Amino acid sequence: MSIDIYVPRDASALSLGAAGVARAVQTEAQARRADVRVIRNGSRGLYWLEPMVEVALPQGRWAYGPVKARDVAGLFDADFLHGGAHALSQGLTEEIPYLKSQQRLTSARVGVIDPSSIADYVAHGGYQGLQRALAMTQAEIVQAVLDSGLRGRGGAAFPTGIKWKTVLDQPAAQKYVTCNADEGDSGTFSDRMLMEGDPLALIEGMTIAAIAVGATQGYIYLRVEYPHAYAALNEALNAARQARYLGPDVMGSGRQFELEVRLGAGAYICGEETSMLESLEGKRGEIRVRPPLPAIKGLFGQPTVVNNVVTLASIPIILARGAAFYRDFGTGKSRGTLPLQLAGNVRRGGLVERAFGLSLRELLYDYGGGSASGRPIRAVQVGGPLGAYIPASQFDVAIDYEALTGIGALLGHGGVVVFDDTVDMARMARYAMEFCAIESCGKCTPCRIGSTRGVEVIDRIIEGVERERNLVLLEDLCETMLQGSLCGLGGMTPFPVQSILKHFREDFHAGTRH
Amino acid sequence: MSMQSLSDVQRESVLRVIAKHKSRPGPLIEILHEVQASLGFVPPAAVRVIAEGLNLSRAEVHGVVTFYHFFRDHPVGRHVVRLCQAESCQAMGASALAAHAKRRLGIDFHETSADGAFTLEPVYCLGNCACSPALMIDGDILGRVTPQDFDDLVASNQGRT
Repeated sequence: MSIDIYVPRDASALSLGAAGVARAVQTEAQARRADVRVIRNGSRGLYWLEPMVEVALPQGRWAYGPVKARDVAGLFDADFLHGGAHALSQGLTEEIPYLKSQQRLTSARVGVIDPSSIADYVAHGGYQGLQRALAMTQAEIVQAVLDSGLRGRGGAAFPTGIKWKTVLDQPAAQKYVTCNADEGDSGTFSDRMLMEGDPLALIEGMTIAAIAVGATQGYIYLRVEYPHAYAALNEALNAARQARYLGPDVMGSGRQFELEVRLGAGAYICGEETSMLESLEGKRGEIRVRPPLPAIKGLFGQPTVVNNVVTLASIPIILARGAAFYRDFGTGKSRGTLPLQLAGNVRRGGLVERAFGLSLRELLYDYGGGSASGRPIRAVQVGGPLGAYIPASQFDVAIDYEALTGIGALLGHGGVVVFDDTVDMARMARYAMEFCAIESCGKCTPCRIGSTRGVEVIDRIIEGVERERNLVLLEDLCETMLQGSLCGLGGMTPFPVQSILKHFREDFHAGTRH
Repeated sequence: MSMQSLSDVQRESVLRVIAKHKSRPGPLIEILHEVQASLGFVPPAAVRVIAEGLNLSRAEVHGVVTFYHFFRDHPVGRHVVRLCQAESCQAMGASALAAHAKRRLGIDFHETSADGAFTLEPVYCLGNCACSPALMIDGDILGRVTPQDFDDLVASNQGRT
């Protein structure tokens, strides 16, 4: 009987040479007449071990990593097909502490299954949620999502069930379900991992959303920087259509749902929901003034659900296991789990899905193992380019929406970027403004002009030109952008800048002129 | 403004793309993607053809082409290298890597090397943040890129088309 070997096709694993490893495994197996089947799975998210090769043994999957193509012959020599000892052996995958201590609900199948296989998806609990949903009324589905406490995982943390209820309540001949897969925040990759590793979970979640609100057409708005996710999604969509989980008669229910992927074109602002809708309509991604809300007047003027990838991919398990099962994870008003992403200067970067309430320190040190450089961690930015920088003195903060807001930070999409003590925080403040200037859609003045002025003011501060006066000016400018911008880009770019002014002000005084 | 007109082959290609997507809802960005994929860029002269095909004004089409960083109105090198410059990669030396890449190729961002082999572009996140610094060359992604890796990449792609 052939032995299953898993070699990830996840973009990050590929970026470290997984394609060459897969080829080497095939070639070596043929040369040795070993009967193996190579399966290209997603990543488990233990990125310091990627490319991580797993062998399916009777007692479970056994991991080897990080594997280079040149290591493969040695792995065969060591009889890795039967769990042989080797310097790269990591033991049973599920027993690796980083993974074992996680609570993987949304990403339970990521890295486990063949993402293009409906059979594999169904064998691992897939489409149970849709099946349950099809036996419920629309109002019951929406109520289950409300009861689960699920809030939008894209960053805004708005209760998902309320959005759905608003769309359900609109009388309209055409409604849409859209997925915001424009994961542009630096330090985030959970959407990408999910789309590459378990795309059918997203597709099932969108199908349930469509049934719940009465939509017949869906769009996944995917950033163009994710070509591997694009391929994985389209493979999965084709498989779902062929197996009639999508199309004119979803699972024999008589309900219709069509779904397609649309590519963005390199504009960060299109992760803002109204800008995304403009872009889906083929226009410049300029944001819309709200109201009306997209739930009332969204894509092509019709009632539209707009949810993030992780939000939608969390729906199947909520329907399959019940709202209470999901709600029982988490703390306070932050219910369920969140796939956190550990990135930047960190020894063990990767995906950590845990119930809300884990402390930042546990994430950075117990999971992350400290900085990659071995130097002290000085700052972490949580929540992408619009998130605050958090100093070491605040690492005991709990990771939930309210606790982070309490220290003037935000959770955003759950990305955590680590910086060691060589970081120049004045440069990071400048970058925050520069990024906003590059990515502003131009619709409102505080964002369009304010960000450019922000770069100039910070340049003067760094050069030591009238430093104290310009620091006051910078604080004033931050306030103007915060209060006067139409959307989160201009309105939140001040957050990282203000956090640096508050916690790392000494970096603005490094220069000596004047 | 002088504008190079489309060659017959280019025009035919653009018209074919328009015909393919025209009846889909909100087709303009889909069309621009496919035009750029087949011609390498969106020639300014294609704007008029697309505008006519979709019954839009030229200003509307031009506005979309210029709004999105991914679309370009001029030819590029045989290989496009996108260096991530976002926070996570900065935390792992992306600025030094960018400086090295610019020196090695003798160009700045948005420029093409003299031999026409490489165009260098900044990109703001490739989602490879646990393996920073990252770059993408054409459709391939690389992680934990060192200056030596970059030089190897240049050497192995220089003569390739």
